[in-house]
Amino acid sequence: MQTLFSPEQLRDPDTASSNQVLRTCVHCGFCTATCPTFLLLGDELDSPRGRIYLIKDMLESGRPATEEVVRHVDRCLSCLSCMTTCPSGVNYMHLVDHARTYIQATYRRPWHERLLRDALKRVLPHPRRLRVALLGASVARPLGALLPKRGIFFQRLRAMLALAPARVAPASCVERPQVHAAIGTRRGRVALLAGCAQQVLAPQINQATIRLLTRMGIEVVVAKGAGCCGALTHHMGLHDPAMASARANIAAWTAEIDGAGLDAIVINTSGCGTTVKDYGFMFRTEAEKPQAETISALACDISEYLVRLGYAATRPKPGLTVAYHAACSLQHGQKVTTEPKSLLVAAGFTVAVPKESHICCGSAGTYNLMQPEIAGQLRARKLAHLEAVSPDVIAAGNIGCITQLSGGIPVVHTIELLDWMAGGPEPMGMPVGVPGGMPACVGARG
Amino acid sequence: MIAQYEPKPDVMARREQILAGLRLLLPPTGVIGEALRLKPYETDGLAAYRQPPLAVALPETTEQVAAVMAFCHAEGVRVVPRGAGTSLSGGALPMADSVVLGLMRMNNILDINYADRFAVVQAGVTNIGITQAVAERNFFYAPDPSSQLACMIGGNVMMNSGGAHCLRYGVTANNLLGLKIVTVQGEIIEIGGAHCDAAGYDWLGLLTGSEGQLALVTEVTVRILRSPEGQRAMLAAFDGIEVAGRCVDAIISSGIIPVALEFMDRPCIHACEAFAHAGYPMDAEAMLIIEVEGSVAEQDDLLGRIKEICRKFDPISLKVSESVEESLAIWKGRKGAFGAVGRISPDYLCMDGTIPTSQLAFVLRRIAEMSAACGLAVANVFHAGDGNLHPLIMFDANDAASFHAAETFGADILRLCVEVGGCLTGEHGVGVEKRDLMGVQFTEIELDQQRRVKSAFDPDWLLNPSKVFPLKLPAMADLPA
Repeated sequence: MQTLFSPEQLRDPDTASSNQVLRTCVHCGFCTATCPTFLLLGDELDSPRGRIYLIKDMLESGRPATEEVVRHVDRCLSCLSCMTTCPSGVNYMHLVDHARTYIQATYRRPWHERLLRDALKRVLPHPRRLRVALLGASVARPLGALLPKRGIFFQRLRAMLALAPARVAPASCVERPQVHAAIGTRRGRVALLAGCAQQVLAPQINQATIRLLTRMGIEVVVAKGAGCCGALTHHMGLHDPAMASARANIAAWTAEIDGAGLDAIVINTSGCGTTVKDYGFMFRTEAEKPQAETISALACDISEYLVRLGYAATRPKPGLTVAYHAACSLQHGQKVTTEPKSLLVAAGFTVAVPKESHICCGSAGTYNLMQPEIAGQLRARKLAHLEAVSPDVIAAGNIGCITQLSGGIPVVHTIELLDWMAGGPEPMGMPVGVPGGMPACVGARG
Repeated sequence: MIAQYEPKPDVMARREQILAGLRLLLPPTGVIGEALRLKPYETDGLAAYRQPPLAVALPETTEQVAAVMAFCHAEGVRVVPRGAGTSLSGGALPMADSVVLGLMRMNNILDINYADRFAVVQAGVTNIGITQAVAERNFFYAPDPSSQLACMIGGNVMMNSGGAHCLRYGVTANNLLGLKIVTVQGEIIEIGGAHCDAAGYDWLGLLTGSEGQLALVTEVTVRILRSPEGQRAMLAAFDGIEVAGRCVDAIISSGIIPVALEFMDRPCIHACEAFAHAGYPMDAEAMLIIEVEGSVAEQDDLLGRIKEICRKFDPISLKVSESVEESLAIWKGRKGAFGAVGRISPDYLCMDGTIPTSQLAFVLRRIAEMSAACGLAVANVFHAGDGNLHPLIMFDANDAASFHAAETFGADILRLCVEVGGCLTGEHGVGVEKRDLMGVQFTEIELDQQRRVKSAFDPDWLLNPSKVFPLKLPAMADLPA
């Protein structure tokens, strides 16, 4: 596609990168077909191709972002379904990331939005603060019904309360910096991204990951100084805090690589995985570029790593049907599609894939808090497709999706099921009366 | 920029009034009027031509379409219909004084009848959406333009779209049973229906391929077919484009009609392989995708005979797909071919000339010679079985001279197609792109007759203006200037 940047504009590395992305797009429109918001809203402006056009115009003009552009860019879930569909190989992720940074720098949002975004930035990536907030929310949860139904501010508050868990799990200790020793002969050594929000919302996920990996002979390091991957702030257009988070992780993991060495950096939250795999690009003009590239190359989803190791179940088949919900960050962001399903089959489950599995569930980071109406429609659509395959349990590889889809059929992380079938405890919230004559679970839950 | 009719000054002056009028007819999100938000509607799949419209209207029902149409007719406002905006001939290019009427919100499947083998769908349902809706009962909708993932059935009707499998199953016109249309005056009319051939004039035939210039389509009744017992694709690789062209001619003239017979040259093979990972032969100058269907015995028999013919042309390799996944990847590459060319060139113009298959080798050689002469590269990917060429002329839109050279080259290719007994367009429509070449194909008398048909439906020429006909045609006594 033709672009109209001046040579001076192209000296900015972000603009130069976006120019390359725009030049790759041939405006064929294939992306519109698999975009969740185009599907719901039926407007070119809420499709990837329309957003690309709006972003192109905004960046070319050099004008501050306007409310109209912000509205349509904000509605983008960053599910990256368009990137899977695009035959030309347009890197929409890098373009929309640039647009979000540009919007953050040039556009003043209404006060209530600034307040909310600031609160999310200060709370979500910090496990202790999030725990306190969730404890508060669990108390305030019944009050949600009393909030006014109109107005985006109150809609968002209601969405937050609805997403807060009724019960907050006790603080987990496996995420503290430490080395979890391999059981038996050591086959490898990996760093685990212990993450931020996930360890508070669902501590059992890291626990299951560490249990399974160590049982398979892998030493698991939670590196000192590593924390939030930066995705959360990155997607809000907050460049500096995102880079600071990423920089801390790069330093922490580089120390491990230079020390006892790492075979992989294992990530069990696919939203984070997409970002860590992109560190190489994020640091392309920074001093840490070589280290960032090394880390991106080492980063892998837990399912990729388990396939590499050769996962095998030790318990008899449970006779359960698992609906596999493909998280967008995993299927579109990282193009990891077959591994989780083949692992679940290897674990002895019957795996069912719902219709429209390429469409987002509406979680998308903080999207379900910021755009509750669209997120709610996508949730209902996704749940209907999941229920149609009559599963006993739903498995997903991303905490965002797990939180978004909870409430009906049990939703667990894929790793919890894999750990269970390889000798770990039965995941919490499984349907009562699990058939199959299971042997008694060994070890404490969670 | 492409020439268009002059915008009507009175319409331009009444912009705000027209927007206010539209807002009375549609929900708040259904009318777009701000300059910034109109810009993404300024073009379609032919991004080289651009013109923001006066307004965009996004109705959700046939009644709303009729109301918008009646309003625009009363106000003398031009209307440009739009589906998914995937047209490669600029079929949805707006005019400055026009309302773009987008049908993408009308995306419901209204009725599926397996016993009588038809489906009734709204115009904004995607082509593949019809097949997906009936696939679980082993049915499908046959025409499959390469953009089938995104393109909408309303646009398919208006452009009489084809696709890889129309060699066996025919184009849109052959798979259509009925339409609900809205006239330029805003009246709702149903033509045809869930039965074969209606009495009287063949209105369906007339409206199919009318490029949005006679009426708007809001509902479509299509024939759905039982899926074949099985199908298999074969890749035949050759070390030259002409020899591959001769092989196509030999297959077709032997009397074998595969379900699909597609051609790709080296640049396309490489670009598509990077996207689809289909195992295309990277050492080939040209490749044919040949698909057969039926029982395993039928497939084996046909593939055997086709291979025998291919062997006479010294193929580099002949490879039959071994699995469903492999066949899917082969077609994913083919169907994403145009977009995939975006990997090797920032921009392309896609031609759509159709020629007798006996002329394939000659025309491919001439195109290669013309390409060398003008210095612009060409990638060829097309429906070889029915001689529907799609030379993709690669250029750089950031360089005006390169774009003009591409336009001239494209026109020369289409003239060549007409010279050898073919025509300007196989399936993409004339649109704005081939408009000025209509005189190459048709005499003045023929064009006059076509204009009279247009005027009978749309006396004031409000529907999809500046397309199909050259802008400057001699005035006719019985037509408005």
